[in-house]
Amino acid sequence: MIAIVDYGAGNLTSVARAVSFLSYDCVITDDPAQIIGAERVIFPGVGAAGSAMETMRERGLDDALKEVFFAGTPMLGICVGCQIIMDSSQENDTTCLGLISGSAKAFSDTMATEQKDGHLKVPHMGWNGLDVVQDHPLFNGVGTTDEFYFVHSYYPVPQNPDDVFGTTEYGIHFTCAVGKNNLFATQFHLEKSGKPGLLILKNFCGWVPC
Amino acid sequence: MLSKRIIPCLDVREGKTTKGIKFKNNVEIGDPVEMARFYYEAGADELVFYDITASHEKRDIMIDVVKKVAQTIFIPFSVGGGIRTLADMRAVLLAGAEKVSVNSAAVKNPDIISQGARAFGNQCVVLGMDVKHVGEKAGIPSGYEIVINGGRTFMGLDALEWAKQGQALGAGEICLNSIDADGTKDGYEMQLTRMISENVSIPVIASGGAGTPEHLADVLTKGRADAALIASMVHFGTYTIEEIKSFLSRKGIKVRKS
Repeated sequence: MIAIVDYGAGNLTSVARAVSFLSYDCVITDDPAQIIGAERVIFPGVGAAGSAMETMRERGLDDALKEVFFAGTPMLGICVGCQIIMDSSQENDTTCLGLISGSAKAFSDTMATEQKDGHLKVPHMGWNGLDVVQDHPLFNGVGTTDEFYFVHSYYPVPQNPDDVFGTTEYGIHFTCAVGKNNLFATQFHLEKSGKPGLLILKNFCGWVPC
Repeated sequence: MLSKRIIPCLDVREGKTTKGIKFKNNVEIGDPVEMARFYYEAGADELVFYDITASHEKRDIMIDVVKKVAQTIFIPFSVGGGIRTLADMRAVLLAGAEKVSVNSAAVKNPDIISQGARAFGNQCVVLGMDVKHVGEKAGIPSGYEIVINGGRTFMGLDALEWAKQGQALGAGEICLNSIDADGTKDGYEMQLTRMISENVSIPVIASGGAGTPEHLADVLTKGRADAALIASMVHFGTYTIEEIKSFLSRKGIKVRKS
């Protein structure tokens, strides 16, 4: 059973639908015990890091996710889930889970005003490429021209380059896929990225971290 | 680099897709769930459903369509039309839509934008704007006025001011529809699109008037649009999404290969 963590961050049903479409069983839950006992854990999310972490703490999910991480259970973060695994987020000055060293930073305020030359608007919304900088089992079968769906104003900045698996260009080159041991996370929405998104999600559902 | 999005728009009345010209004479063209699947497979980057069911009581039919669509396609899609309350917004989002578009209700009650943005996040709230060219006049400095009720009611509201206000209230995106161009297949309203897009920092989807791939190329470059809505040109098989994207690609416009 795959646990999809409900920490009040947006529409989890779309992730559940994608997992079900791939013929894997999943449950949306905010029960720490169920999450700790799950075979795999997905924590998706849209919204703000501050309120996400607040809800996590209220429901005891922060400790549950740390326990899942140290137990070696495969875990997958999506969007805000890719930011709250860092030490902190610039968004609302939030202390996060600290599973990966570094922080989540905001796209520069000036990007929006540069649009007359570069069309750069914040949030970064739409389809963009993925530059794989380090191989990972979850990238198996992903093509070099595949694109993924992004909606975000913040992005993860890992301290250790070993934790960076993919980058994307939007005015700057930012990290869009991070990983460490049994943890993997993407800034883009796997559940809304068509076939390449479903492929990474499927890879995760069968992933055995070494 | 971010790709420009190509977004088929499906007008749905009581569970069936229709297409009209200048909001009138709608003809039925198919099952929205099947069409959604078809466009998903064909490489659409996103879909827009616009519920034109006249009766508020029959809105459940649309919710049912949204649920079925959400089970079959894995790209973002938005639902608009007849969204009046936070409860309406919640219903379509819970049914599986990524975004919800507010139009007339937002003009009458701008708070719905901020309420929706607070409850579901800015990225969920699309401000749909129906706009008519009226020329510069008192209260309408941009020369473009907001209309509602399918283009029948003029609101005395300046389109540019409204776009800025919508952004300030928390809209995450603007879907900008020109009533003058809608259904004509003569091309998007370039001046309007460019004016709005250059004056807001949120993405702008151009809507109304697409007839050829050249029209999309124009609005995505000179019109500064971030995405282009299409309807007739693909609904009736005149062009495929692949043909449109190859054309744009040859013009040097970044689009997602599918």
